[in-house]
Amino acid sequence: MPEQLVFAMEVILNGLMAGVLYALVALGFVLIYKASGIFNYAQGVMALFAAMTLVGIMNGQVPFAHLINAIFGTHIHYFGWNVPALLAIILTMGVMVLLAWCVQRFVMRHLVGQEPIILFMATIGLAYFLEGVADLMWGSEIKTLDVGLPQGINLWIDETTFNIFDYGFFIDNLDIVATIIAALLVAALVAFSQYTKQGRAMRAVADDHQAALSVGISLNFIWVMVWSVAGFVALVAGIMWGTKSGVQFSLSLIALKALPVLMLGGFTSIPGAIVGGLIIGVGEKLFEFAIGPLVGGATENWFAYVLALIFLVFRPQGLFGEKIIERV
Amino acid sequence: MFYREAGDFKTSYVADSQTFPIKFDRYRYYVVLAVAFGIIPFIINDYWANALLLPFLIYAIAAIGLNILVGYCGQVSLGTGGFMAVGAYACYKLMTAFPDVSMFIHVILAGGITAIVGVLFGLPSLRIKGFYLAVATLAAQFFLVWLFNRVPWFYNYSASGQINAPERDVFGIIITGPNAPAWATYLFCLIFLTVCAIIARNLTRGTTGRTWMAIRDMDIAAEIIGVNPLKAKLTAFAVSSFFVGVAGALFFAVYLGAVEVGEVFGIQKSFLVLFMVIIGGLGSIFGSFAGAAFLVLLPVVLKVVGVDVLGWPTDIVAHLQLVVVGALIIMFLILEPHGLAQLWRVAKEKLRLWPFPH
Repeated sequence: MPEQLVFAMEVILNGLMAGVLYALVALGFVLIYKASGIFNYAQGVMALFAAMTLVGIMNGQVPFAHLINAIFGTHIHYFGWNVPALLAIILTMGVMVLLAWCVQRFVMRHLVGQEPIILFMATIGLAYFLEGVADLMWGSEIKTLDVGLPQGINLWIDETTFNIFDYGFFIDNLDIVATIIAALLVAALVAFSQYTKQGRAMRAVADDHQAALSVGISLNFIWVMVWSVAGFVALVAGIMWGTKSGVQFSLSLIALKALPVLMLGGFTSIPGAIVGGLIIGVGEKLFEFAIGPLVGGATENWFAYVLALIFLVFRPQGLFGEKIIERV
Repeated sequence: MFYREAGDFKTSYVADSQTFPIKFDRYRYYVVLAVAFGIIPFIINDYWANALLLPFLIYAIAAIGLNILVGYCGQVSLGTGGFMAVGAYACYKLMTAFPDVSMFIHVILAGGITAIVGVLFGLPSLRIKGFYLAVATLAAQFFLVWLFNRVPWFYNYSASGQINAPERDVFGIIITGPNAPAWATYLFCLIFLTVCAIIARNLTRGTTGRTWMAIRDMDIAAEIIGVNPLKAKLTAFAVSSFFVGVAGALFFAVYLGAVEVGEVFGIQKSFLVLFMVIIGGLGSIFGSFAGAAFLVLLPVVLKVVGVDVLGWPTDIVAHLQLVVVGALIIMFLILEPHGLAQLWRVAKEKLRLWPFPH
């Protein structure tokens, strides 16, 4: 087998893994969009916030330590204990639920019935707010996150592929774990929205707010729930990306990476998010591999957007999105 | 008391359709112009010019440009930073290629080039709408920044990858470079802002502006009554990008002098200008001024209060600034979706009757 083809196969495999991580972030968007028609730009920052909170709790950091020290002239930084990973994840989930409640109570509730673009801009404001709060709470330095996920090269794949192609593929264990977790998460979410009472209520709200209200579904509760689920997805994405590349500001930029995924797959479709993620992941890695060296590299920054843009011109609702029907 | 219409009789159509129909408003406008052109240049110093006035003037131009696109034509764009970069790099290439031509012409040409690029990236708006379009304009943002970063021709093969504004003058007065006097740079930007604002104001009052607003309010209905969406959307993109390009050129050549594209014209810049438009008021020229002034002043005020008065470390103040800006955006969207401009309108209505209501 020619060498280039083997390289390309490795690139595709890595692209698929990266695509799963994009899809993971995109999922959070789709959930909120389907249930409330809000395009939640803050999803990426929520992942950052979740990851920072998790690290902070695990290390026993005092929240707002810098601010408190600045105001009162004290020197507190740590409680002096370490929280085990599982407990910390549960606590972080609690924080995310609280956050969901606050968002619903103080922001979204006042914006019901506004145009989608206004809601979108409100979530941009929310993203700024959350980013500032996260930095104030836990400090803005780069942190390492380790909840005990396996990392490093997968030796089994390396050996197997070496026996077949005379060339060992480099696949990170973390990517494999992420793929499995993402698959489980999607299955769980689909099951949740199809088979549980709350899931059905959620879909009813997505379908028609007024009709859902009139059969006795509490909009407030559903929205808090949806934002909590999105917070949970953000937490998972935050753990994955945080373990991979450290908990830092750039983590919030994965939201920007997820946008073209959504446009490609359609805003309203969970399978669309997965397929879109895989297409973008493979596409950008292959493009960088094949064309990147010719034009100076770092094409990953824009390739996904341009791909999605060209795609949208031909199919405005994305691959799996519901057909857009406009009435006067 | 103020803003009285009583006794202000219009006897001709020209008088009736002027920009400021109320006499008080008109005089206020002349006073502002007189102060801006006649007094400030004499008392300005480097600190005021660089910390407040230049950023305000330049951001106001950019905000007017974005307001035309978002506020008047309803096409949300997140590519402002990228288009500003086009203006900056076009200006740089022109400045270095034709050193003897006046800066005025360079800046206007830079705006023109940005307009062409803007129309190009505006083409998808004919097919996609709403936040699909907003995300699509991100393609412009990332692609343009990448382009200026990676293709050496744009930065004249300089080793650092930066672009530096060489010293250029207008009528013998140095405008760019470190030796430019504060009053000259201020006046240069002020002239552009004034002209841009007058053009924008009159465009939005005329046929062009009305077709934009028809598209914004409901594009299908507008199309049915005979508005050409292709023309309306693309002119909005062209005019908006022209202003944004002019702002980018001034931002680079006059204000900063040296630019690293990813840092200066990144996505944060797009959001900043968008926030100015939201806080100032969508669909209002005055709002663009108010929003730009507000968001230029806010960091300075926070820094003065936080660092100088309270003595907090700068990083905490920077984080607090994020919190405050985010909270303000949400607050404005909830309480006053039409921004500072609407507050001003309400205040005017109140002032008409003050102090003797009824």
